[in-house]
Amino acid sequence: MSDEKLVGIVLVSHSAQVAVSVAELAKGLAGGAAAVPVAPAGGTEGGELGTSAELIAAAAASVDRGVGVAVLTDLGSAVLTVKALLAEGDELPAQTRLVDCPFLEGAVAAVVTAATGADLDGVAAAASEAYSYRKV
Amino acid sequence: MLDADFFRRWMTATAASVDREAERLTALDSPIGDADHGSNLQRGFTAVTAALEKEAPDTPGAVLILAGRQLISTVGGASGPLYGTLLRRTGKALGDAAEVDRAQLADALRAGVDAVMTLGGAAPGDKTMIDALVPGVDALGDSFGAARDAAEQGALATIPLQARKGRASYLGERSIGHQDPGATSSALLVAGLAEAAGE
Repeated sequence: MSDEKLVGIVLVSHSAQVAVSVAELAKGLAGGAAAVPVAPAGGTEGGELGTSAELIAAAAASVDRGVGVAVLTDLGSAVLTVKALLAEGDELPAQTRLVDCPFLEGAVAAVVTAATGADLDGVAAAASEAYSYRKV
Repeated sequence: MLDADFFRRWMTATAASVDREAERLTALDSPIGDADHGSNLQRGFTAVTAALEKEAPDTPGAVLILAGRQLISTVGGASGPLYGTLLRRTGKALGDAAEVDRAQLADALRAGVDAVMTLGGAAPGDKTMIDALVPGVDALGDSFGAARDAAEQGALATIPLQARKGRASYLGERSIGHQDPGATSSALLVAGLAEAAGE
């Protein structure tokens, strides 16, 4: 699958550390998913807690391989900022989708699924299904 | 008729009052939010003023679209995409007319408010900015002063409400008794219209 184009994944958190750590954890747990383009977009451009439209747009552009980008978010303004960018029409790569899923579990499921060469629908479905994982 | 100059005055008047009231907005946001509403909006409207000085768009719609873009890019919290969407959708609804009248502005603002409700999923009574914007827009048909007073009343009327959206909704009944910071800043935005009109 070396020449295969994979769905990109953007992880948007209010915290830069959370976004980076979840990206590392998801890729680590996904083993063999090194080829999946994953970009964290956490915190504001000034390094504070919050959401940055610029960082999100840059992250999405960096993981776009032309077959879709799945954007996963934590809370509140992260969701609203991505929705506002999508509504803009030209701020994010074509075929960018905001995926409704739990942030960490969804990220792991998305990276694992993207590594198999699944399309954007498949990646989004796997991440959303993470809502149904029971822990006890 | 209202030209691009009027819309620039609206934005600068709002930026000035957000600046003046930033501490109060943040104080309102500390019991029920994350205590950054004033500073976030201040950062956003400072960027709006700077952008308008640099670019000086020449239609009402272009002024609002530029302002909205700045807010989404710089605010950092939920108020960025919400206010950004409000201004941008209002600006798009105004189109490229060089001048608009108050009734056209009221219709465009209503489209902006509808877009905010869709984006945030909030309805009147949820203790959000919508509770100041809807009465403000409704009264805009009468006068700018009436819109300012109605938005201010709408903000005060959020005090007994329980929050159903955003960070404050996690507090449940404990959100009751606090004036909503988003409704308060929305009242400032509507008051900026009256100020720009000299009412």
